Amino acid sequence: MDLGRIRNFSIIAHIDHGKSTLADRILELTKTVSGREMRAQVLDTMELERERGITIKAQAVRVNWKDNELNLIDTPGHVDFTYEVSRSLQACEGAVLVVDAAQGVEAQTVANAYLAIENNLEIVPVVNKIDLPQADPDGAAAELAELVGGKQEDVLRISAKTGEGVAEVLDAIVERIHSPSGEPAAASRALVFDSSYDQYRGVVAFVRMVDGAFAAGEPLQAMAQGTRFEAEEVGFFSPTMKAAETLGAGEVGYVITGLKDVSRLRVGDTLTTEANRASEPLPGYKDVKPMVFAGLFPTDSDDYPDLRDALERLKLNDAALFYEPETSQALGFGFRCGFLGLLHMEIVRERLEREFDLDLLVTAPNVAYRVLERNGEWLEVHNPAEMPRELDAVEEPYVRASIIVPKDYVGPVMELNNDRRGRFDHMEYLSPERVLLAYELPLAEIVLDYYDQLKSRTRGYASFDYDVAGFREGALARVDILIGDEPVDALSMIVHRDAAYARGKALVERLRKEIPRQYFDVAVQAAIGSRVIARETVKAKRKDVLAKCYGGDISRKRKLLEKQKAGKRRMKQVGAVEVPQEAFLAVLNLNDGKK
Amino acid sequence: MIPRPFGSEQVPAFEESPSDALVVRHLYVHLPFCAHRCGYCDFVTVVGRRGQHAAYVDALLAEFELERGLLAPELETVFLGGGTPTFTEPRELERLLAVLPDAAEVTVEANPETVTSALAALLRRHGVSRVSLGAQTFRPELLGVLDRVAGPDDVRRSFYHLRDAGFDNISLDLIYGIPGQRPSDLAADIEEALALRPEHLSCYELEAKPGTRFTHAHGEELRRQAEALEGYFESVVERLVAAGYRWYETANFCRAALADADGRDLRSRHNLAYWRGRDYLGLGIGAVSTIGGERWRTTPRLGPYLAALREDRLPPRELEPLPESVQREERVMLGLRLDEPLPVATVAGALDEKALARLERLGLAQLVPLGPQHARGALTLTPRGRLLGDAVTADLLA
Repeated sequence: MDLGRIRNFSIIAHIDHGKSTLADRILELTKTVSGREMRAQVLDTMELERERGITIKAQAVRVNWKDNELNLIDTPGHVDFTYEVSRSLQACEGAVLVVDAAQGVEAQTVANAYLAIENNLEIVPVVNKIDLPQADPDGAAAELAELVGGKQEDVLRISAKTGEGVAEVLDAIVERIHSPSGEPAAASRALVFDSSYDQYRGVVAFVRMVDGAFAAGEPLQAMAQGTRFEAEEVGFFSPTMKAAETLGAGEVGYVITGLKDVSRLRVGDTLTTEANRASEPLPGYKDVKPMVFAGLFPTDSDDYPDLRDALERLKLNDAALFYEPETSQALGFGFRCGFLGLLHMEIVRERLEREFDLDLLVTAPNVAYRVLERNGEWLEVHNPAEMPRELDAVEEPYVRASIIVPKDYVGPVMELNNDRRGRFDHMEYLSPERVLLAYELPLAEIVLDYYDQLKSRTRGYASFDYDVAGFREGALARVDILIGDEPVDALSMIVHRDAAYARGKALVERLRKEIPRQYFDVAVQAAIGSRVIARETVKAKRKDVLAKCYGGDISRKRKLLEKQKAGKRRMKQVGAVEVPQEAFLAVLNLNDGKK
Repeated sequence: MIPRPFGSEQVPAFEESPSDALVVRHLYVHLPFCAHRCGYCDFVTVVGRRGQHAAYVDALLAEFELERGLLAPELETVFLGGGTPTFTEPRELERLLAVLPDAAEVTVEANPETVTSALAALLRRHGVSRVSLGAQTFRPELLGVLDRVAGPDDVRRSFYHLRDAGFDNISLDLIYGIPGQRPSDLAADIEEALALRPEHLSCYELEAKPGTRFTHAHGEELRRQAEALEGYFESVVERLVAAGYRWYETANFCRAALADADGRDLRSRHNLAYWRGRDYLGLGIGAVSTIGGERWRTTPRLGPYLAALREDRLPPRELEPLPESVQREERVMLGLRLDEPLPVATVAGALDEKALARLERLGLAQLVPLGPQHARGALTLTPRGRLLGDAVTADLLA
């Protein structure tokens, strides 16, 4: 295909602003799928995506419009997946930015628009859902033009639902977005912007050919990782897999690698041919740094190998997922997992539970910390239990948060942000009614229940987005929980000094209620270093025996005893103290707080 | 904390059980009839039905005939429990006692309001040697809570009727932990009981058993009271031991041999048989037998029981096999209720050695030497260990 007739683009939008519906209409209008095949939201293949109304993984579909080859590259909709979004955007020359005519610009619209601009993409602004009775296309168009720095008359007005204006969107893609600028004759280079795993065919890489071409059967190499393999098949999606003889410069398609080891091909890497190796990889490959960490433990310890396999499988499609084995005295064997953000964590958990049928305990999440040790070295800590007790300084990640709310809710949001150690940056009126608040917040303050709080204080009207701004020093303390003088690794937490007392006290009180009484008094304490900040006592029991036991009572009594015995077997030993798993679950389980 | 003396002072020598375990020397007979049902009771009882007392005794005697082959020619103990055995029509009770074999200890349970001088004489005449009297409490308002008919004076009067008839082994049942019972009420109850100088006392914490009317009415209150109640048990033990009683089983006390004029062993021999894991035969509805590694429970329903025995058939039973391992488990469970040490060799394999070591360290269990023929010695619980007996036993079992 002539490079001049190729257009590679993405659709970016805030959740529920109509990205998937627009994609469906494009497939219909270009006759890529027949009406009969048409399934709502064809591109969102995964069950989970359907339910949550979000798209996790990018895919690319080729459509033809007026003799042009258009490659629609789908992107995840949430900022947690910034890295994936930017990989996908790197495969494009333009982006269709969709805004709901009734909702206007939202926090994610802003974040996505900035990402597209950073990637030098041509933006085609579109106001969607103009058919809705409450639509305000003029208002939304004004906000959108303001955001992308364009003219209001350049903003297209459509209804993806009815199909109105969709043809004009396709025309605009051809007219406004420039064609790819690769070198068909140069040494071949392709960007891996996504991958997936097929149990029969191995790793399937989604690539954007930049220079040169790949042919089926050609030996290839991943430049960053050095992995070598043969391209068993190349082709494109339209919308199902269609094999082709070659993938040429500027095109988007797939390469079946036959690789069975999921870790050997990473998103962001550059593929080249063995025969004509490129000297330089394409820019952009980086190891993404997870910022939010939590322990994942199988509820049934027998499931540990299954959890390990499942994480390995997920990691293939999710370059950002990090995990390493973790052993907790309280919870047994599991993994400490790193996530880009809260939504990412939630999605991974749900996929593990649904697709792999695992029953999981997820500990309360914490962020990554940078610690300056006494020996002058910086250490990154992902688990409060690993935080050195002796240190010179601790840094925690901060985020730049954008919160868009109707103006009446500015007060409650500011109050919330102050409580969460937020630093006010600025405020903008997007329209007379809607305000954008920009804050810097410690990531640790938003990983627990910030979003729920924000929603409840704004009656659900707030939209919220953030990106990581970097590490800042904080007055942080490691709080240890001791049961009968034994520190419990899984319960250590890192909290701001001002909150340490309240958090320690709350946890200790909760534990006191959860730990059954023992043969002796058990102290439950929260401590910073050697200083105890909260203490409760589980009083020793004085009596535990059934009074009556005669000839007719023996069987009943024995069964009660067996039950008591079975209960004891499920206990975890913390020093001399027996603590039921449930006690840990009650204070640790993230799921608990939500249900 | 419990004072040290009781227990250690009285650790008795272990008594060997008879070797021919398959010959049953202990007989239990269930007499289910009651004047009314007390709210807290979950025993198999039949209220009223005076017209059926004769038929029931007929059935008991028929069952006895069918089962007597299991019994040794000489019984050690017979125990008539209820219900309220003494509520049974005297004529029928007499007919039953006349047929039942004699034994070294024959106990009958009685409720104070049923004990007249005539009844006491009847029991005495038929070889009953021990009466267990359900006093429960001497506080009138607490007797009310328990739905008991008798008043405090009935308890004393019945006690003296029995004494006058010549009974020199009388046990009193007391219940503590009654909703509304203050520590001072309990202390007064114990003093009232001690004033009667009974040979034996059984003290039970009131259990709110599921499904009883009582649990329905007072369960919540009992749960709230639970922590305070823990101390009640300790105070009962302390007071009775101080008064010269031997705390020989979790809930049972007898006047110590030293304190008895004739130096008798006043423990309940029948109940000791249960706690030592001996075989026993039970007759009557809801009665349990344990013989030769099998346990069965006769139907608790009067109709089917009477119908079967009218035709000289055994009544319906629920059978429970007791494998060796379960027998050993029960041996530990029951044996540790006693103050006599349990020879470790008899329960080999049933004990968790690590748990034992831990419990020894915590001062809850101890191993005592038993003499050269018992290399591993015997296991006994300390006083505090006995107060925590269920938890300790659950720990000890492998």
